[in-house]
Amino acid sequence: MKLRRSMLFVPGDNAAMLSTSFVYKPDSVMFDLEDAVSLREKDSARLMVYQALQHPAYADIETVVRINELNTEYGLKDLEAAVRGGVDIVRLPKTETAQEIHELETHIARIEKACGRPVGDTKLMAAIESAIGVVNAVSIATASPRMVAIAIAGFDYLVDMHTRRSTGWEPELFYARAAVLHAARAAHIDAFDVVYGNVTDDEGFLREVQIAKQLGFNGKSLIHPKQIDLLHKAYAPTEAEVSHAKRVLAAAEEAHRKGLGVVSLDGKMVDPPVIHEAEMALQLAEAV
Amino acid sequence: MKVIKEAIAGTVESSDLLVKVAPSGKGTRDIVIRSEVMKQFGKQIKKVVTDTLDKLSVSDGSIVIEDKGALDCVIRARVQAAVLRGCGSQELDWGRLS
Repeated sequence: MKLRRSMLFVPGDNAAMLSTSFVYKPDSVMFDLEDAVSLREKDSARLMVYQALQHPAYADIETVVRINELNTEYGLKDLEAAVRGGVDIVRLPKTETAQEIHELETHIARIEKACGRPVGDTKLMAAIESAIGVVNAVSIATASPRMVAIAIAGFDYLVDMHTRRSTGWEPELFYARAAVLHAARAAHIDAFDVVYGNVTDDEGFLREVQIAKQLGFNGKSLIHPKQIDLLHKAYAPTEAEVSHAKRVLAAAEEAHRKGLGVVSLDGKMVDPPVIHEAEMALQLAEAV
Repeated sequence: MKVIKEAIAGTVESSDLLVKVAPSGKGTRDIVIRSEVMKQFGKQIKKVVTDTLDKLSVSDGSIVIEDKGALDCVIRARVQAAVLRGCGSQELDWGRLS
């Protein structure tokens, strides 16, 4: 299973970050052509991302490009650069309806054919940034077999909801987080939590990571490399959890060897969901 | 392609480069490269710049580059951006940009 704990935002026109972000080993790098790039630098950033996507340093890391909305003068050009550059995933911002995903995949298929990529090779993720997007999250998440993830973006959403970020358990985001997460799970795709904007506040960041992890998010969108290690460690299982996971898999293996359908461990049944959980725990432990 | 107006792309920040293009005024392609890593990578930088200009068929223009240790992919992108701006080109021919 592909781990998607950390998705690091890299401004598309930032040469230094484009040249080094792979060093920090996030699970995914997201080159941003949207909000992080000024209007007068859109053309240059698009070429930077197109070239960076083809750099060997990014061959072994999942790449994502956040394009501008398709109804802007930049969106389709960004899409051409991303798909022709070989991006793994296109991230559509401010997604509000499944129709936008359908329109996007039609354009992607056309570009894939034109540049010789297998049709269907480019995957999609949608960022939900409004109340209508949250309400339509299930239809968006299930809109295309290309969809691999869905993300909640907090800033625009909270403006739309006439509120602002608080500290602590963040009640203002609870419904959106739960709705987006349920949509992701119903569609069998991954879910990303919001960015944490204060890069000097590790304590606040980790508090928010715990909320996301406990709710069940695969990970978070990140805006600074220093957040990657903090996040990966927070998502890592404890030694006791790793030890238990190994015992679960050993018990399952023994049951398989003996031809038994199920087996118990410490008085609890070891069935496929328990085995899956144990496998995930070991994968997360190995990835830290 | 012919550079018809002055244009720039990039920055002078570390790992980046600033590319200035202008009409040459004499129908030639003139390239000036200044780099902090000229001794070690000068030949490679010149090759990337020349290849990029060749692919864009730039035969007429002055190209001045101030490199601050940029990777090849960054050099390629910034040269392309400056040239396309200087040629007033709106449409991208992706076959020339890879």
